[in-house]
Amino acid sequence: MSRLAMLETCDLTAFYGDFQALFGITFALNEGETVAIIGANGAGKSTFLKAIAGLLPRPAAAVRLDGRDIGALPAYEIVKFGVALVPEGRRLFSSLSVEENLLVGAYGRHTGGPWNIETVYQLFPMLRERRHTPSTALSGGQQQMVAIGRSLMSNPRILLCDELSLGLAPIVIRDIYAALADIKARGTSVVLVEQDLVHAMSVADRAYCFQEGRVSLSGRPAELTRDAIHAAYFGL
Amino acid sequence: MLGWIDTLLQGILLGGLYSLYATGLSVIFGIMRLVNLAHGDLIVLGAFLILAATSAGVPLPVACAVVVPLMFALGYVLQSVLLNRALGRNILPPLLITFGLSIIVQNGLLETFSADTHRLDVGSLQSASLPLGGGIAVGVMPLICLAAAIGVILVLNGVFYRTAVGRAFRATSDDVEIAQLMGINNRSIYALTMGISLAVCALAAFFLGTRANFDPSIGPARLLYAFEAVIIGGLSSLWGTLAGGIVVGVAQTVGAHIDPEWQILSGHVAFLIVLVIRPRGLFPRAVD
Repeated sequence: MSRLAMLETCDLTAFYGDFQALFGITFALNEGETVAIIGANGAGKSTFLKAIAGLLPRPAAAVRLDGRDIGALPAYEIVKFGVALVPEGRRLFSSLSVEENLLVGAYGRHTGGPWNIETVYQLFPMLRERRHTPSTALSGGQQQMVAIGRSLMSNPRILLCDELSLGLAPIVIRDIYAALADIKARGTSVVLVEQDLVHAMSVADRAYCFQEGRVSLSGRPAELTRDAIHAAYFGL
Repeated sequence: MLGWIDTLLQGILLGGLYSLYATGLSVIFGIMRLVNLAHGDLIVLGAFLILAATSAGVPLPVACAVVVPLMFALGYVLQSVLLNRALGRNILPPLLITFGLSIIVQNGLLETFSADTHRLDVGSLQSASLPLGGGIAVGVMPLICLAAAIGVILVLNGVFYRTAVGRAFRATSDDVEIAQLMGINNRSIYALTMGISLAVCALAAFFLGTRANFDPSIGPARLLYAFEAVIIGGLSSLWGTLAGGIVVGVAQTVGAHIDPEWQILSGHVAFLIVLVIRPRGLFPRAVD
């Protein structure tokens, strides 16, 4: 990597109480890039995204955005710097309607950008029809669309996506990934945590494979052989 | 028959006061799952603050207009410097802190104002009443109190359901971790919540002080009525809390109508009956 990466982690560690989940992750994301993070259950993929987003304590200098340390900032500050997380399992606000969920996503917005309620509805037209529905009444795919839209409302430069395809039908996954292509086309960089290898590799510029809290493999999808991924995935 | 209608009316009006006690409690429990055991004592503190201001020559309406924002500020500071430090997965530490606070406030008031009983004087309004015909009349002050209770709920619902900050309150209540991802500072939301709670306490204090005598020891009983109203209401909305307050109020006046000694007891009995029949309250939350 010749130029300065937009988002970097350097020897990032994270703990749940006494349990160490990440053992020194070094990672980089360049402007406009989509990077996939793959790995088995419990490899630390979600923990990694949470640590970047500020939901877990981490060493202050371990996360850097545009060369600036953001590791000491709480989650509600991180989003103001243009880093938004689409959490695993959607986690919509259950007492808020679809539209309210989207609007609350703009609460911490500090800059203009392509995303507002209108452009989110253009991206996911079926949400406009259901705008006043309680978010709990939606199907899993629609909920995922709200979760993505909610994160876009802060006009992030970097979108962290945790298991977008989890529990969704293949046809719905296709729609979600089509939307992701639109989001990328507007210049947003994406970090994609996925168990679905095929989808992750099809959209990623680069990929990291995690195993037990460490990076076991990284590279461009075309350069990674099936056997290498297999070995990095399971540690065989 | 007429006597019963009158009793029912007085009970509903009393329910307005209990609803004012309970609204602040309902708001802090709803948004941060915090049980404030000092709630009743903070209402009494509000009454003494108003009393102190009027004793210094400040007119009563001005005293209220000063004490309501003062109590808001007190709540904001209390939450940010003390209670926010204790919030976490374990509900016990904040419970213990508010228990301690209750003792401190009670004894502080006792030390400062002695155990004498006091009353806030509203002059001729005190005994003014509206005749409704048929020998039934309702007091003007209790009527204003009920109207204030409804007004507070309308205003709070307006804030919670129609403003961006209100959405942030509800989002924080639903999922505090994800709310932070939206750029919401949950600690400042909590501080605002406690501020709102104590501002409503100050208003309740005014109606408490004009309705009956108060002294530093009566806080815990107010807390109990407020709790009962919140639980009977079922935690889903502030309207439920109002309904809960009215149930307690009506039960107490009906009890007193049968035998004056039964007033307090019948309120508690009504609470227990509701718990037996509808353990989750009259208007339960859809999801918990």
